[in-house]
Amino acid sequence: MASRPRGAAEPDGERELLSAGDVARTIARMAHQVIEKTALGAESGEPPVLLGIPTRGTSLAGRLAERIAEFAGVAPPTGALDITLYRDDLRRKPTRPLASTQLPGTGIDDRVVILVDDVLFSGRTVRAALDALRDHGRPRSVQLAVLVDRGHREFPIRADYVGKNVPTSRSEEVLVLLSEVDGRDAVVLRGKGEGA
Amino acid sequence: MKHLLATDGLDPRLATAVLDTADELKKTLLGREVRKLPTLRGRTVVTLFYENSTRTRVSFEIAGKWMSADVINVSSGGSSVGKGESLRDTALTLAAAGADCVIIRHPASGAAHRLAGWLAESGTAVVNAGDGMHEHPTQALLDAATLRERLGTLSGRRVAIVGDVLHSRVARSNIHLLTALGAEVVLVAPPTLLPVGVSALPVTVSHELDAELAALDAVMMLRVQAERMHGGFFPSAREYSVAYGLSEQRLKMLPEHAVVLHPGPMLRGMEIASAVADAPSSAITEQVRNGVHVRMAVLYHLLAGEEEK
Repeated sequence: MASRPRGAAEPDGERELLSAGDVARTIARMAHQVIEKTALGAESGEPPVLLGIPTRGTSLAGRLAERIAEFAGVAPPTGALDITLYRDDLRRKPTRPLASTQLPGTGIDDRVVILVDDVLFSGRTVRAALDALRDHGRPRSVQLAVLVDRGHREFPIRADYVGKNVPTSRSEEVLVLLSEVDGRDAVVLRGKGEGA
Repeated sequence: MKHLLATDGLDPRLATAVLDTADELKKTLLGREVRKLPTLRGRTVVTLFYENSTRTRVSFEIAGKWMSADVINVSSGGSSVGKGESLRDTALTLAAAGADCVIIRHPASGAAHRLAGWLAESGTAVVNAGDGMHEHPTQALLDAATLRERLGTLSGRRVAIVGDVLHSRVARSNIHLLTALGAEVVLVAPPTLLPVGVSALPVTVSHELDAELAALDAVMMLRVQAERMHGGFFPSAREYSVAYGLSEQRLKMLPEHAVVLHPGPMLRGMEIASAVADAPSSAITEQVRNGVHVRMAVLYHLLAGEEEK
């Protein structure tokens, strides 16, 4: 473990990787990184557009935008991008309900778009998101922000902003819990998955 | 969902999931230049129509194409069906050729169920696009989608289905779906145009349209199916129109929020006055538009999910 190891094993082989406080600090750090990398503030032009991938990516995008507004004084537009219809593994999983796609009024043409998701794993979700984006417009550039990078990529995709790198085995499960959806903030590693 | 054959017995949760998917698809595609999603790429959808239909066939074809499926139209005129091939052999041919989904319209009630039985081994999905006087489930789903859009919810709403209930598969599918989703249904028709066994249906029956209007949230007008009538079901078109046509005066008797639906094709002036069909209460063109999204949602639920076996 890079930071404080949280060895105290919880029931069912669960281990807490990030506490609520860690999640808040991680998001704050990522907000600073976004400000730095996109040269926000000073004489910058338009702020980047934050597009969350439902469900937890949308909440994360909202929180990231709040922190950015707090630190840089510029509120980036946010939205949600549902990628279900673009997945290439639809036939291998049960039918998923669709979530909403909501693009900010400013649109995404010629803007810097930051895709926000909770966990980066195979990269298939991000690949689908890039396809979905292409149908909605032509961003100037696209960046990727994730709270947890757990490895096991199947595409040449890397994130521009990573909250925490977590080396995992494929049989493990990384759960990002957010108060908007799950009632509390935490990142949990569950040991005995049923195979990825 | 493996097939969509009827709304009778359709799980209300599944019906709601299809309607929610249709809503999301509508929002997703709204204002887009390129209305094409890669969702069903590589899947083959065949429309097999033994009866004429423009709006249903076109709507399924557009739905399939917008989701990148390969859509092939087979109609009874220009195919082996015209040479006398049986439905079973045609279906097995289509499945053997690789169809993932067969959408069937047939003049015989129950044809879609038979087809699903014959195709059970092949894993090909079957969608009933209207079988005789039995069911037309996607029409009922698009009606429900349109009513939900206009009224917010179906639960507790009172909907009248008016006209030729006897010959109407649209009416039958709507009775099952609307009641399953929590609406109250009242059938308004002359006794000659009501099916035998209507008392077993979860509906109330009335022969007086005027008496019902004030309490309705929606009126669903049906087409008088002259082609299925081989006897005198009512004295004259004029008399039918006076008793059961939706005139401008009747429109005024409806509550302001009430919605007027018609599955089309409309006989303007007989079932529905032209001015009523074009009034703001009328959702007839929205029905057609929602038809595409609802059929996309149906194809999504049938074809996008996990492969069984």
